[in-house]
Amino acid sequence: MKEPRAPIGGEQRGGYEGSDERDGERGAWSVEGASPLIEGRPPRSTLHAHSPVVSARAVTREYRMGAETVRAVRGVSLDVADGDYVAIVGPSGCGKSTMLNLLGVIDQPTSGTISIRGRDVSTMSDREATRFRLLNVGFVFQRFYLMPMLSARENVELPMAEAKVPPAERRARARELLSYVGLAERERHRPPQLSGGEQQRVAIARALANRPALLLADEPTGELDARTGADVIALFARLNRDGTTIVVVTHDEGMARAAQRTVHMRDGQIVADERRNV
Amino acid sequence: MSAAEHARTETPRPAFHIPRPAPRTARPRMLTALAAAALRRHVVRTALAVLGVAISAALLLDMVMLASGMRESFRDFLLVRGFQLRVSPKGTLPFDTEATIGGAAALVRVIRSHPDVDAVSPVLGAQLHVIEGDRATTSFALGVEGGEQGDYALEAGTPVGGRDHAVVNDAFLHATGLALGDTVDVAVGYDPQLRSYAGRRRLVIAGRGRFYYTAAGQPVAAVPLATLQDMGGPARADRVSLLMARVRDGADVEAARAWIEHALPNVSAISIETALRQVDERLSYFRQLSIILGAISLVVGFLLVTTLVTVSVNERIGEIAVMRAIGVSRTHVVQQIVLEGLAISAAGAVVGLALGLVTARYLNAILSDFPGLPAAFDFFLFQPSSAWRALGMLMLSGVLAGVYPAWRASSLPLAATLRQEAVA
Repeated sequence: MKEPRAPIGGEQRGGYEGSDERDGERGAWSVEGASPLIEGRPPRSTLHAHSPVVSARAVTREYRMGAETVRAVRGVSLDVADGDYVAIVGPSGCGKSTMLNLLGVIDQPTSGTISIRGRDVSTMSDREATRFRLLNVGFVFQRFYLMPMLSARENVELPMAEAKVPPAERRARARELLSYVGLAERERHRPPQLSGGEQQRVAIARALANRPALLLADEPTGELDARTGADVIALFARLNRDGTTIVVVTHDEGMARAAQRTVHMRDGQIVADERRNV
Repeated sequence: MSAAEHARTETPRPAFHIPRPAPRTARPRMLTALAAAALRRHVVRTALAVLGVAISAALLLDMVMLASGMRESFRDFLLVRGFQLRVSPKGTLPFDTEATIGGAAALVRVIRSHPDVDAVSPVLGAQLHVIEGDRATTSFALGVEGGEQGDYALEAGTPVGGRDHAVVNDAFLHATGLALGDTVDVAVGYDPQLRSYAGRRRLVIAGRGRFYYTAAGQPVAAVPLATLQDMGGPARADRVSLLMARVRDGADVEAARAWIEHALPNVSAISIETALRQVDERLSYFRQLSIILGAISLVVGFLLVTTLVTVSVNERIGEIAVMRAIGVSRTHVVQQIVLEGLAISAAGAVVGLALGLVTARYLNAILSDFPGLPAAFDFFLFQPSSAWRALGMLMLSGVLAGVYPAWRASSLPLAATLRQEAVA
């Protein structure tokens, strides 16, 4: 069988095949009927489009604020399928970011369960969760948070270095990712030398470095003007077309419209879940 | 090209192969790069911190050098010619009083008869008056034997040999205005009531030397022992102030010392080790002070590095939380921050050690001018072990300085920190 090529934005089952640290159940996918758009990329139908990447069941997250207990997320259940592009929207304080943190294994639910690719992540130790995030989840934040003294390429290499990818290989992949996000010529530039939109694209490339199963973004256009925000929205759409599963928390209507599915939250609960063809 | 335009064009998909295990240096290199990047972010602040640590390191090195330097300098100074034993009149320390020992020739013979004694150097000390017309310049004379002596190193001319040949130091030449090869009238045993001398002699200044045990700037002349004894008259005949004895390599110095004291009841024999013990006792307060000052400088350096790294971590809370969020392990966050503290301490230590050597040299020059101190005596003695010890303490303090900020950074509650950063 032909050795498959992993899509740049994170093949839902791919990643570093053969690595013990990747989930054992994530075997290599078939390339039969590969999309003509991207060589080596499997068509969505062969990716079990409806098998959930993320499955959250009755998730509640409470935390203490002084003497008060705040229920940021209340009994939420949510499935995110392979190749989904989900926008979580809602007013400030409705629990969107908390939900995103729970899905990204940054936080743990007070009750309920979350599984990613069938693996229960709601009770992982800090060490396990860190390793899991490194290899399975990509994050994009509103404020980019690139390392200002490292070049764009070195920023992209950072998660790969942590994942013990050999230097030559991670350099090559960082270049390819920067090329993918349109910054091939800017790889040596440091974040202060880049515009906000360019920095966010570097952050997206960094999020994709270890071919995550899931890309999470928290207000990725929040710090950008309309034009650069549109560039980032287009980039997310392209990533999704290329097979990346994306969950994004946003107040940006344009970003929400670009998603196939919009989950509306209010007071810590999902009040609507709309799916549409984009 | 914008990302939107770029997105419309198809970028060739990269093919990836299964990664091989990374070399063990892959992550340390990245950690080093991150630590260096964090320090480069505020270059002036980092440079000031390094300077602060350097000053603290310089003081630490100086205190370490001072704490052990005086003792080691004293040891080197006493052993400069390899004589491990000093024999002085009973109950006195060498040149502590003007007391002399009679029957010197016999004493020398007895001591030389010990099979482990390699050499004996008898020394007689006296005030020497250089007579030039009505003017007399007072200096110090050491009567020594021509062969083995342990009081000076010849720098020019010939050593003490014939009965009228003297070796003098620069201060002597400077005070008298004489030069090598000149003859000079000298006298000893001045009686102020009779205004006369016990003995006079004309000497030839045959050599110039550096004297180990006399005070810096004091005019000194080494003359043949027999000449000085003769000049002193009956009061100095066959007498010496001190005998220095050298024991063969590998022989038991303490056993030889005990044997001398047993064989010669009218003398006290002291070994260098005993002398050092006595010096240690006398210098213990001084050493404690050095240790306390050294410890204070170390603590100041430690607090400086801790403060700087903590401030730096506080400024980067968001970045650190994001690093953790994208999968950088707690251990690597700790390592990176400890490395930052260590790097500041290491840079400060390197600058500080150089600075410490310069200041030690300067302070030593000031202290060596203290009246009555031998020129060869050093307060600050550089020993590689002192430098290594200071360096070791600084490195340890650098590591410890990073512990608190590293703990703080690694124990950040991720979700809460990211939430706070988002609304900040």
